[in-house]
Parts: sequence; C-alpha cells; structure tokens
Amino acid sequence: MFPMLLGVSLIAFLLLSLSPGDPLAAQRGNPQVPDELIRRIEAQYGFDRPVPEQYVRWLSRVVRGDLGYSFKFKRPVADVIGERLGATLLLALFSTLLTWLLAVPLGVWAALRRGQWPDKSISVLSFVGMSLPSFFLALLFLYAATVAGPLPLIGRIPIGGLVSPGFDRLDLVGRVLDIARHLLLPGVVLTIGGLAGLQRISRGSTLETLSQPYILAARARGLSESRILWRHAFRNAANPLITLLGFEFSALLSGAAFTEIITSWPGMGLLALEAVRSKDQFLVMATVLMGSLLLMVGNLLSDLLHAWNDPRVKVS
Amino acid sequence: MTQPLLSVRDLSIRFGSTEVVDRLSFSIARGETLGLVGESGCGKSVSSLSLLGLLPRQAEVTGSIRLDGQELTSLGQDAWRRVRGRRIAMVFQDPMTALNPLLSVGRHLEEVLGVHQGIRGEAARSEAIGWLDRVGIPDPSRRMASHPHELSGGMRQRVLIAMALAGKPDLLVADEPTTALDVTIQAQILDLLANLRRELSMSMLFITHDLGVVEQVADRLAVLYAGRLAEDGPVEQVLAQPRHPYTEGLLGSVPGFRPRSGRLRSIPGQVPSATAWPQGCRFHPRCERAQGICRTDTPVPTPAPTIACHFPVEEAT
Repeated sequence: MFPMLLGVSLIAFLLLSLSPGDPLAAQRGNPQVPDELIRRIEAQYGFDRPVPEQYVRWLSRVVRGDLGYSFKFKRPVADVIGERLGATLLLALFSTLLTWLLAVPLGVWAALRRGQWPDKSISVLSFVGMSLPSFFLALLFLYAATVAGPLPLIGRIPIGGLVSPGFDRLDLVGRVLDIARHLLLPGVVLTIGGLAGLQRISRGSTLETLSQPYILAARARGLSESRILWRHAFRNAANPLITLLGFEFSALLSGAAFTEIITSWPGMGLLALEAVRSKDQFLVMATVLMGSLLLMVGNLLSDLLHAWNDPRVKVS
Repeated sequence: MTQPLLSVRDLSIRFGSTEVVDRLSFSIARGETLGLVGESGCGKSVSSLSLLGLLPRQAEVTGSIRLDGQELTSLGQDAWRRVRGRRIAMVFQDPMTALNPLLSVGRHLEEVLGVHQGIRGEAARSEAIGWLDRVGIPDPSRRMASHPHELSGGMRQRVLIAMALAGKPDLLVADEPTTALDVTIQAQILDLLANLRRELSMSMLFITHDLGVVEQVADRLAVLYAGRLAEDGPVEQVLAQPRHPYTEGLLGSVPGFRPRSGRLRSIPGQVPSATAWPQGCRFHPRCERAQGICRTDTPVPTPAPTIACHFPVEEAT
C-alpha cells in the first residue's frame, strides 16, 4: 500500500514540476507584494531548490502530517481538504447506495425474466443510460430543475452548491433536509451513470450463477425457486459485484469530478480542478494522495466484504 | 405382476427439431436397480433429468412417466417440487460442482432436512450428523462446518448422497456418480450406494457408460443407443448373452467380458449426431448384420426381454 502511494506521489510531483506555471504567479503579478517577500516565501517552501530536493522535503513534511499551505485558498491544505472530503464522501455514499439498491434488484429481475419484456425494456434503458455522458446528463437535469420550478414536497430543486444561503440559521432537521435537497441533483446524475453498467453486470452474474451445476442440483433436491435464488444463487452472484464495489466507490470519489463541477458541488473533484488550474502545488499533491488513498481504502473494503461473503477467501 | 415403481412409456425428448430421445420405454420395480448404459450423447442424462422434470424449458417431452401409478409429465412446478428429493432423488456426475461453494456441509444437509422432513434447529443438526456418519464421513460433527472446497471429490459425493437420501426417496437416480472420482474411491462409492439402497429398500436407476460398474450394482440392464432402447434384460443374461449387435460390440470392446474371442474389438464408425440420425435402425451404419430392411425400417422392440433389432444375435443353445 505505501510503496504504491509513494510511486503515485512521485509521478504526480514530477508531472507537476514539468508543467509550466508557478504557485506564486498571483503574488508575483501583484505590485503590492514586494519581490523580497516572494523570495522569502520561495525559500521557505523550497521552490528555489532542485526538484528532487523539493520532493524529499515535501515527503518528509507529509510523513509528519503536514500537507502544506494552499496559496489559492490562503489556508493550510489539510483544512481545505477536510472541508471538501466530507462533501465528496457524502455524494459518493449516497449515489453508490442508491445505485446498488436499484441496479442489483433490477439486474436479478431482468435475469429471471430473461428475454421477456422486463428484461428487454430494462436493457434498452440501460444502454441509453450507459451512452449518456454524465456531464450531459447533469446539464439536462440542471435545465429541467430550472424549468420545472417548485415541486411538491421537495420545493424548488437547488441547482448547485451544498447548502442554501441562510443555512446557519436553520435547526438540525432543517440543515439535514437542506443538504439532502442539494444532494438530489448530483446524486441522481451519478446514480443514473452507474446504474446502467451495474444492472448489466448484476444481470449477467445472476444468469451465470443460475446456470451452475449446483443450482440444478439444488432444484433436484426439491428446493423452492425463491430459496434457490436467494440462498444459493444470490450470494454467489454477488461475488463479482463486490469486487466492483471497491472500484466503483473509489472511482466515484475521484470520477465524480464532471458532475461536481457542473453542479458546483464543493467536493474533491472540483477542488482538484481548481488546484491544478492555479498550480497550487501542495493542494494538487494532497488531492492526488487523497484520491489514491481512497481507491485503496475502497479496494480494501471490497476485499473484506469478499472474505465475509465467500469462505474460500481468507483474510491474512 | 405387481405394479412397477417407475414406468416410462414411449418417452420422447426433443430440443427444437433435434430429437434426443425416441420412444424410450422401461420400468423399475420396487427395490430393483436398473443400469442404464450407453455412450456419451445417447440420451442417458437427458432421460434422467426428465424423470425429475429438470429439463430446460425449451425441451419438448412426450410420452408417459408414471411413478407409483401417478403420471409425472403433466405435473406443474409445485407438484414437481414435491416429487424431487422426496420421491425421486438424484446424484450427479460431478461432485466438484454440485455443492454450493458458499454453504457449509451442515447448512446443505439441514436445508434438505428442513424442506422435506420439517426438521429444524438442533434436531436437524443431529440428524445431519447422523447422515454424514451413515455415508462414511469420518468425524462428522466437525465436518458439518466444512465448506465444499475443503473436501475431496469422494467426500463431496458422499455429502451429495447423504442429501439425496435424507428426503427418503423411493427412487434414486444416480447419473454416473463415480465417473469423476479416482478408481479406488469409485469402488467405495459403489459399495456405499448398493448398501444404502438395500438398507432403505429404495429402487435405483444407475446411469453409466461402464459395463463393469453395471455388473456390480444392477439387477437389470438397459442399453441405449442413439436415443433409442437397444436391449433390456436381467444383467447376467444381457452380459453373458447379448442379443443386440450393439450390446455385443460394446461387450467385445471391454476387457474381461468376452473371453471367447480373446481380442478386444472396436465397433467401427462413430455414434451418429442427434442432428442427423440415420434412417431405419440407427445402428445399421456400424452393424455387421445389417441388411436392406435395417436401412429403411425402425425395428420394433419386442416385449420383455426387450430387443430392438431386425436380426438379433441368436441365442446359444
């Protein structure tokens, strides 16, 4: 795990130092900031040193828990990340949960009705869903939410951000509801994006499992179809899905960037874009590290789930 | 004559335009073991699956399957389920794939006991341990927690046999239950099946391509060729004195059965494919005795002992 993080950070650091630009560009262009000060900042953060030395200095600080300073936000990187990580986790958890709750039953249902109308209509919708790029879908939904006006129960669907103005004046329930309303649009966009693929995989995996000899053997023992499906087929069919869960979840953490940017969801994706555009070195490195770390955590989680579901997998 | 336990009459099975089994008739008396022998692709497994209503939906089954006088072919799914495992049980060829890899041995057995006998909880557990002991699994209470991947092929087949018998069926269908096992294990499993069949006074349909195995376990022998019955009679009689040229050829190709020729002979040619059966007698392209009528007319099986041949091998006097 750590060698991988090291490799990722090294490559990211190199690429970043090879790219044009300068984290202090804004300060340099500001006539109010004296050259002397800029040189002092450069010396303080080691920007005047050769790249390998800069990397080692950065690494030694990170190991001690210091992620550095964001020149764009003029705050410590850890604070900025901490603020954004929650929003991204919230979005990822919400849409992963929604995707799974919808896609897996739909896949199983389609498998059981293979070739009949439920399977066919779900297939068509799935292919449409897979073909629509998330940014387009996000724009479509933004437009729809703007045109639709207030809806019953939910009211007007917010078209951006995490909270409404005046959030601080709300009580706890009000705050939760406010965030939930903001979550709706990016969450649904991401769910639709992931739904189609997962439904196909869940359908395929269920079909494959149902054609296994132990399913025929279970039928031969006189077990009911529902028992066969839920007790014998489902857990086996879930195995490939669990593998996918790790990837899906971590891919959402980093890959939701398009949706985050279009719906101005203040998450890691949007933050990474802002950081790269201003060449905010320490912030870029932190988002990269965080992305890889979350990927690994996602995979670790799916491995643990695997071991829990399948006695052939042992945690060592 | 008392009514046979299982009576199959004119059973035909088609998949689309492909006819896999053609007008197959046989019966099994109570307590009897019928060996069903044939080469791969002759319709053995398909016939056995049809006895449990387990053929895929697109299979078209005609004819009659009667169990204790009850017609099975017209049963709905729920009624079939009450037959499976409780009146007719099945042991499959490959024990490696016939157990759910995620469920322990104990769960497998307790489930069958719960479904068929309504035994649950602690009672099911002790009953399951009893069955494991009965099929010769050492240290059965510890084995309850084992998962299929922790067991050898022979052990898995024993577990599958225990599950098949736990529903106290009248008829056990064993589809090549020893083919996937080591030779030394094969003999043990055959003994186990024969002993348990006697103890539980079940009938058994034993499907195999191995004549040596049939001689060991069966009372009667039915030989299948290309989806049709070739010959059916008491096992000693058929093995000592085959009447159908195919049976004769089959015996001539196995060491130990035909001492008189001394040499092993093979049957020339190959089993025809189900998509292109020959006209007339399906064995005629490979038969030394074939004449004109064999190419045009399907031989009608004689009443017991059954032979479906225009020119059967003469009985030695």
